[in-house]
Amino acid sequence: MAKVLMKGNEAVGAAAIKAGCKYFFGYPITPQNEVPEYMSKELPKIGGSFVQAESEVAAINMVYGAAGAGVRVMTSSSSPGIALKQEGISYIAGAELPCVIVNMMRGGPGLGSIQSSQSDYFQATRGGGNGDYRTLVYAPANVQELVDYTMKAFDMADYYRNPVLVLGDGMIGQMMEPIEFKETEKMDLPEKDWATTGTKGARKPNIVNSLRLQAPELEALNQKIEAKYMEMEEKEVIYESYKLEDAEIVFVAYGTVSRITKNAIDLLEQEGIKAGLIRPITLWPFPNKAFAEIPATAKALMSVEMSQGGQMIDDVKIANEGRLPIGFYGRSGGMVPAPQAIVEAAKELLGGVK
Amino acid sequence: MAVVFNKTQGLTEKEFHYCPGCTHGIIHRITAEVLEELGVLGDAIGVAPVGCSVLAYDYFNCDMNEAAHGRAPAVATGIKRALPDKVVFTYQGDGDLASIGAAEVVHAAHRGEKITTIFVNNAIYGMTGGQMAPTTLVGQKATTAPYGRDESLCGQPLKVSEMLATINGAAFVERVAVDTPANIRKAKKAIKKAFECQLEGKGYAIVEVLSTCPTNWGMTPVDAISWLQENMMPYYPMGNLRNPWEVE
Repeated sequence: MAKVLMKGNEAVGAAAIKAGCKYFFGYPITPQNEVPEYMSKELPKIGGSFVQAESEVAAINMVYGAAGAGVRVMTSSSSPGIALKQEGISYIAGAELPCVIVNMMRGGPGLGSIQSSQSDYFQATRGGGNGDYRTLVYAPANVQELVDYTMKAFDMADYYRNPVLVLGDGMIGQMMEPIEFKETEKMDLPEKDWATTGTKGARKPNIVNSLRLQAPELEALNQKIEAKYMEMEEKEVIYESYKLEDAEIVFVAYGTVSRITKNAIDLLEQEGIKAGLIRPITLWPFPNKAFAEIPATAKALMSVEMSQGGQMIDDVKIANEGRLPIGFYGRSGGMVPAPQAIVEAAKELLGGVK
Repeated sequence: MAVVFNKTQGLTEKEFHYCPGCTHGIIHRITAEVLEELGVLGDAIGVAPVGCSVLAYDYFNCDMNEAAHGRAPAVATGIKRALPDKVVFTYQGDGDLASIGAAEVVHAAHRGEKITTIFVNNAIYGMTGGQMAPTTLVGQKATTAPYGRDESLCGQPLKVSEMLATINGAAFVERVAVDTPANIRKAKKAIKKAFECQLEGKGYAIVEVLSTCPTNWGMTPVDAISWLQENMMPYYPMGNLRNPWEVE
């Protein structure tokens, strides 16, 4: 299929439709407005349904209803809106429903800014909702990956009966890039025989529910969903390793910033400093195993994020297991790191550890 | 021997957990009878959010969703949009619908979602132990209004049905009670109309049912019925508030 030039926010909608999603419930918030706008234009053409909800809280509960009815469904928002959706995401995980949630991150805390940011890593990977649940989190670095992982997200959601989060940022949402809608292999997915579609008098009622008043029953549910999370940790980790061979310093960066970090790696190479990159594509489960590839030449790690003080750096510390010193470089509030600034921070870190 | 009464197929065999004298049981039964009589039990999908009726999924003999506090109209919207040919209803209390879920019910009505709501108003939070609700009467005692509801601090009780009757998307709004056999028959008739309204695709339909909570009101079941008649009915008058399509 020929490549088309598309804006990230529209491409994510097109990818969802391509993956069989006919239902979208959203609420306006910058910088993701083109997602609901695109869906409001396209879904009626294919017999689907778009609802502009009265709030993000309502939108995610509409997702809960539609997911419980057994259809492929998506919502999108940006940081403060995702904060409002956390209640629903927890219920969706607890009721074991599949859905896809897109977050085009913007600066925070509070109302923050409308510019690109990566300060919702904790919210995405730790879960802002209550209870022992996890969401599979894809962090695309370009519009093609945004398309590919959005499509994959629907299969994963159905396979695990769990919400899947696609974590972009304002830049990926707003940027136009040439993309291709690849024909993907159909995954062998289980029947949705649990869905509430009406009994037709032919079976016992199905119940969509996260309530377990009896403690042993709730523990049993938590054990069941934890088993899924363990399977995800074993099977679903995706990452890219870049120029790790002989690297003196290994950056860890995801999404938009990983592209800037690759530029910094090229600049360092020109100065005779060998640098490499571990790029987590799944933020949860985090690619701990990538850290086994770090060569003996490495003197330090550096987490580069669009966040003040860093959030992913906590996972880098866990994966590093105390082996190497860890530095950090980040900008926040919608400020984007420049390659040269990353280069300077890396040289300073290496100077300190020599 | 002639059979004069059969338990409806719309309810399961599960025993209700409701307190003695609570009218949830009656409202469950008449709702279930309506679903059976309309022949839609196999197409019905119910949504019951947090509150005393959170376990309604154990009682209604159809597909059921448990929802977060107040969110049932949003969940029902998602179901109905995905499965427009199914019969979707919410069963909500007054703490749930009139307080935390006020936005969801107003906008479901505003969009004219083709769903039906059974709204059980007993003027108190029952499940959590008798706290003040938006519907608690002025002067009525509650565990968070130990001196009685003070109008100067808490306002007057919210008349949800009157409010929803101002919304064009609401195709049927009626307030009923289940304090006497005659009123139970009227309530069932209203619930049937509210489901017919959905089946005919007219829009959002809601039936507010005045209900008792002897446990949290601190009364015997008989006294609770009298209290409802003497105090709730004057403030929450019964009758149809909106039926532009004249659903009969």
